[in-house]
Amino acid sequence: MPLVEVDHLVKQYARITAVDEVSFAIEEGETFGLVGESGSGKTTTGRCILRLLEPTSGCVRFRGENIFEFGASRLRRMRREMQIVFQDPYASLNPRMRARQIVEEPLVVHRLGWGAERRERVVELFRLVGLDPSHLDRYPDAFSGGQRQRIGLARALALEPSFLVLDEPVSALDMSVQSQVVALLADLQARLKLTYLFISHDLRLVEHVCSRVAVMYFGKIVEVGPTASIFASPQHPYTRALLSAIPVPDPDAKRERIVLHAADVNRTAELREISGGHWAAV
Amino acid sequence: MTDPAASRHPAAPVLSVEHLTTTFGNAAAVDDVSFEIAEGETLGLVGESGSGKSMTALSIMRLVQAPGRIAGGRVLYRDRDLLQLSEDEMRAVRGAEISLIFQEPATALNPVFTIGDQIAEALIVHGRASKHDARTQAVDLLRSVRIPNPESRIAGYPHQLSGGQRQRAMIAIALACRPSVVIADEPTTALDVTIQAEILDLLREMKSAFNLSLLLITHDLGVIAGTADRVAVMREGRLVEIGPVRQIFHRPQHAYTRELLAAIPGPSPKLPVPGHAAR
Repeated sequence: MPLVEVDHLVKQYARITAVDEVSFAIEEGETFGLVGESGSGKTTTGRCILRLLEPTSGCVRFRGENIFEFGASRLRRMRREMQIVFQDPYASLNPRMRARQIVEEPLVVHRLGWGAERRERVVELFRLVGLDPSHLDRYPDAFSGGQRQRIGLARALALEPSFLVLDEPVSALDMSVQSQVVALLADLQARLKLTYLFISHDLRLVEHVCSRVAVMYFGKIVEVGPTASIFASPQHPYTRALLSAIPVPDPDAKRERIVLHAADVNRTAELREISGGHWAAV
Repeated sequence: MTDPAASRHPAAPVLSVEHLTTTFGNAAAVDDVSFEIAEGETLGLVGESGSGKSMTALSIMRLVQAPGRIAGGRVLYRDRDLLQLSEDEMRAVRGAEISLIFQEPATALNPVFTIGDQIAEALIVHGRASKHDARTQAVDLLRSVRIPNPESRIAGYPHQLSGGQRQRAMIAIALACRPSVVIADEPTTALDVTIQAEILDLLREMKSAFNLSLLLITHDLGVIAGTADRVAVMREGRLVEIGPVRQIFHRPQHAYTRELLAAIPGPSPKLPVPGHAAR
């Protein structure tokens, strides 16, 4: 059974359909990538999966149970298992709280542990994400962008979740810091048996970290499958245009950009299987 | 072996920065930086946040805000040292001889004036057009940067354009007075990847159409690889390496350049996939 199943999810705002009949399943232990450009619906999908937004229709099953049917107490338990790391490490940490309080807060909210026990847990979490526990009493502005993202990660891991939604977790960071945080994410995944939904507009990064990937375009998934298969033989015209637009860090690379024309896209096509697990709406 | 065409020392540089130093108190944001840009050349300036790339651009344009100040060096534009010009003389250079394109067109454009007014302003201020001609020229410029329906778009406000179109309008303003040098500071960073590719195509095309010298500032080595003739790498205010684009990518000399190149996500063992053979 997949850990997370998204089933015909729809989210409408007035007359705009931000998420349009989206379905996919995330297996335990994998990193599932959700890619697309601004406004494609990837963040809205992520928020619905955590029930931070109520969808218009459709459902999300976590370990086989529909999370939109959960009552308050079951929802509270679910929140311990599913956490989110936000894009902007500057905006997502309260500047008036010490790092210690930020990481401890989920334990307080969920009434887990007491004084000394909690303090120890916070130190342990700080070490887990590669931060120096002697900096626990500092405020967020004393940390660099990469360190702040580590604090956000420690906070997300405080409740020992099994599933993390990573919404553009490294987009705001410099390249060299990005690769450190990505390495940390891979290390934590292996050690803590985590499952990730990795939301990103950065295709180079997605190719590097994700086992499978879904491409969103105007609220719909137009292609989904194993990362290697999608990058080697993209089927949907939008995926082709998107991949051909990636700047290649090689001055001798051949650049043949494929431009997407509206007429190329058959908006009514359903997803069909092209090869082992690789589906495209063509 | 170096590529002779790319490593050629520019015979007559259009812009020559010599020992430029810009300080904030005791800290040097730009520390003894020297480089040249030849006519029609694109020099890529790369580095991470805080490396001094943008401060170098602002120093060339003499737009450094207090408490920052230019502490030394020369900025030679066609044999005139821009650092010695009066503020009036410098105003005649900005926009007309050297212009600047910013990362975020949404904040660089004035929200209360139409796109047409903002292009016309550049033309009128520099005495390149009368009020009447300015409108016609603005339409032509919008057409040359491929904004659809320029005759009606000219009356539109920045918020009515998409991010990509705003950056096109920004480029039209930068090119209005036919400058010889354009400094583009992260011109595509705020844009989606397909729009980024379109804007880079447009910049390359405008560069040859207007025979521009381009200083392209970016943190993205992928953008540099496809656009620059030569590359300068900055770190902590200093230029650590400069050379032809192929040399920088294939035979980087400085350890920091190698670090930057190594940080690009590339082929490497993927995380395990349940139900799929390891790749």
